[in-house]
Order: sequence, then C-alpha cells, then structure tokens
Amino acid sequence: MALSFPALVVSGYVILMCHPRLYWGEVGNDLTPALLELPISPNHRHGGWEATGPFARNGGGPVGATRTFVIFNQNSWARSLHFLAAWFLVVPGAVYLLAGAFTGHFRRHLRPGVGELTPRRLWRDVVDHLRLRIRPAPGRARYGLLQKCTYCGVVFAVLPLTVLTGLAMSPAITAGYPILGRLFGGFQSARTVHFFATVVLVLFLLVHTAMVVRSGFLRQMRAMTFGRTP
Amino acid sequence: MKGRRLLTRRNLLLTGAAAAGGLLLPGWWRRNMPPTYGHILRMGDNLTYAAHRLLLPGQSMAREYNPGDITAFPAIFLDDRFLTDPSHPMRSEAYRRSHATGFADWRLKVEGLVARPKTYSLADLKRFPARTQVTRHTCEEGWSAIGEWTGVQLGRVLEVDAGLLPEARFVTFHCNDNYVDSIDLLDALHPQTLLAYGMNGGDLSVPHGAPVRLRVETQMGYKSMKYIERVVVTSELDDGGKDGNIQNGWSWYAGI
Repeated sequence: MALSFPALVVSGYVILMCHPRLYWGEVGNDLTPALLELPISPNHRHGGWEATGPFARNGGGPVGATRTFVIFNQNSWARSLHFLAAWFLVVPGAVYLLAGAFTGHFRRHLRPGVGELTPRRLWRDVVDHLRLRIRPAPGRARYGLLQKCTYCGVVFAVLPLTVLTGLAMSPAITAGYPILGRLFGGFQSARTVHFFATVVLVLFLLVHTAMVVRSGFLRQMRAMTFGRTP
Repeated sequence: MKGRRLLTRRNLLLTGAAAAGGLLLPGWWRRNMPPTYGHILRMGDNLTYAAHRLLLPGQSMAREYNPGDITAFPAIFLDDRFLTDPSHPMRSEAYRRSHATGFADWRLKVEGLVARPKTYSLADLKRFPARTQVTRHTCEEGWSAIGEWTGVQLGRVLEVDAGLLPEARFVTFHCNDNYVDSIDLLDALHPQTLLAYGMNGGDLSVPHGAPVRLRVETQMGYKSMKYIERVVVTSELDDGGKDGNIQNGWSWYAGI
C-alpha cells in the first residue's frame, strides 16, 4: 500500500504527460479550449494538426483534424501500472475504513473530541504550526487538533475522491453506474478533480513527512511500525 | 448451543461447489483470460478485467447524447508509421482508388466460428437495420470527443446473419492499416457495438476509418478499430502476434 501511492503518482504523471491539458465537462481535446495546459511534456502545444474542415452536418461548428505529430505516449505501461497499483490502494484502503469504523479507531483517535473543535483552538493550532512550534507527541499517541482534521480530510474526503473520480473516467464503469459519470460533471471534470485531489495528497505527504521528522523521527518510526513509544 | 454437526447438508453442498469451482476455475480462467506472458502488468490487467466482468451489470448502455452535443473530433492514426512511411496501406494507390469509387470494391469478411461465413459489401451492411447513436469517444491519451455514429450492430451481423457457434468466445478484427485486436463476446454483442459506416450524418471519413470502423462504447477509444476488413470469431484469444496490441505492452481490456 505504501508503494502503491508513489506508483500511482508516477504513472499518473506519465499518463498526464501524454495529454497535459485539463478541461471541464464531458469533452475536451486538442481542438477544444482547455482549462489549464501544463508544460510538462513535448506534447504541450505541439500544434501538429492538419485541419480536415467541418463535418458534413455540423458545418461551422465542430471540426475534425488529423494529428501529424508523433506524440510522447508511454500509457501502455503507465496505465496498466496505475490500475494495478490502484488495487493495492483500494483493497487495503477499504479494509482500513471498515476496521477503523468497527474497532472504534476513528471514533477514539480521529474524531475531534467534544468541545475540542472550536474556531479559537483551531486557529491557535494553525498559528502554532505556522510558527513551527510543534510539541513532540506525548507518550500516548494522541493526535493534535489540526492533525485530526487533516487526517479526517485525507481519509474520508480526498482519498475517496481520487478513487471515485478514477472510476468516473472508466467507460465500462460509468455505463454500469451512470451516476458516477454525472457526479463530477463529466469525464473531463472527473479527470481534472482527480489531478487536483492528487496534488492535495502529494502536498499532504510532504507536510506529513516533514512533521514526522520534526517531532522526533526515530521515535515516530518506532511508534508507526511496532506501535510502542518509549 | 444445540449439537453442532460437522457435516450438514449445507456444508456438504458448499464444500462440493467450492471444490468443483476450484477444479473448474483454472480451466475457465485459461480459456477466457487474455495471456499474461508472465508479465505482472498483464496480470493486473486481467484482475481488472475479471473484476469488471464479475461486478458490473452486463451490457449496460453507455451514455448517449443529443446531436447538439457533438464536438470537434481529432483523428489520430493508431499506427504512427502512417505519418512517416509512404508505403503505409492507408497511403496506397489501392486504398485511394477504392475511396474514389465510394468503396464499391470493399468487402468485409466474417469468418471463424460462425455457421455461415460471409462476405459483405458496404451496400450489404447498409441493408441491415441501422442504429444511430451519439456517444463519447474516450481516448487512453486523456482526451474525449462526442460524435454521432451510424452503422449496423455487430451482434446483428454475428448472431442473426452469420450465426455464432457455441464455442465462440472472442471476436478479432483485422484492419487495413495492419492493426489487429479483439474483444470478448459480451462487448461484441453489446447493443451499442457497431460496425459504423456513418459519422455525424455523413459517410465515415478517411481519418476516422473509412469505410467501416468499429464502435465499442464501453471501452477506451483504441478498441474502436478503424478500416476493418476481416472479422474472425474464435474460441481462444488471438493476440495478433508481434504486431498485436498486447505484445506491444497495451492492456487487451480497456474498459477503464
């Protein structure tokens, strides 16, 4: 599972390199305007299109064009690796969610306690973090307020969002469950949300790792792996 | 607790079914799954394929749009050699001449595990009841486009006209641009799977696969092959040899 995330990020990046344009709605291609163009591959604005003129019936509107540029495309392995790694995220992830719900882990450790979640305390925690005034975790592993909120956001919102938007891009799955296709406003919207949710996850990983290091790397690693803190 | 018996009828039935399943499964798997060549990525592809076939409702319809939703539609050649090789079949004199005569000399062969192997002209295909659908083409590269397709349901040709034999499991398409790929029977007999000869109200144009291309709306664009010339029904998956898509590292199943 720990390996699946970097595998997903790297393969996802390679897939995005193939068509580094993001759109909103169902449709987006090189002949329609993009929401965002990322200069991350030779395919960025390659301009290798030969117009073949308007189609028979929709004169003036939709056009067709033939691509004359040999694009960068490593999607053969990148797509297969992406979907293989996704299994290693989705299956243990589902087990974690079920276990967390039934063992009371979420209730005890992730849910902010009664009276804990006040704007005042949240603000203080944010300010403390920004000033890098991070207290080493106390002996019994208790998450801080901001930490709880972040974990809840990642576990219950952003990670499920990447999975759902991923499924919403599948022609077979959206045929079976059309609601998925419409939930995010279309195939291209799902793709765009998928990208930004991943950006959030990568940022989370960076901050999370920095915090682990800052709050006592060795002790935290021991706590994560063996579950004991001295 | 009442006396627990080790051997209940239900247990026996379940164990028996599981054992039979365990014995039958490897054979079923070998016959119905695309080859992996021992490659871990192909095994992952097969896991996804099996999960889709197991968990998704069979032959559900892909979303259809209104003609007003039709968008600009890029045409790409699956085979980049088209761009660089002047002797590529799609640049040939024969194809150009065929195109100029409205593909009067074009024929589609349907053979393999069918009761009545047949050869169809374009006019023959157009005599079947036509289906027109406005659907989204989703390319593995990441782009999408909406187009209107007119053609005959592949299932109509295979099941009603040619007659599938009981051992039939896969349908392989041989294309004029040397492309070979296949789909399973579930997708081949899907009501939206067409042998399409029309696009956006006109004849299918050369960049989009004239005279006849496939539309498989439940898979990625690369399974909707262009320039189809021969349809072969098989009991085992034909991987297309070294020109085949799987051997070049692409997933055979592209429903995701």
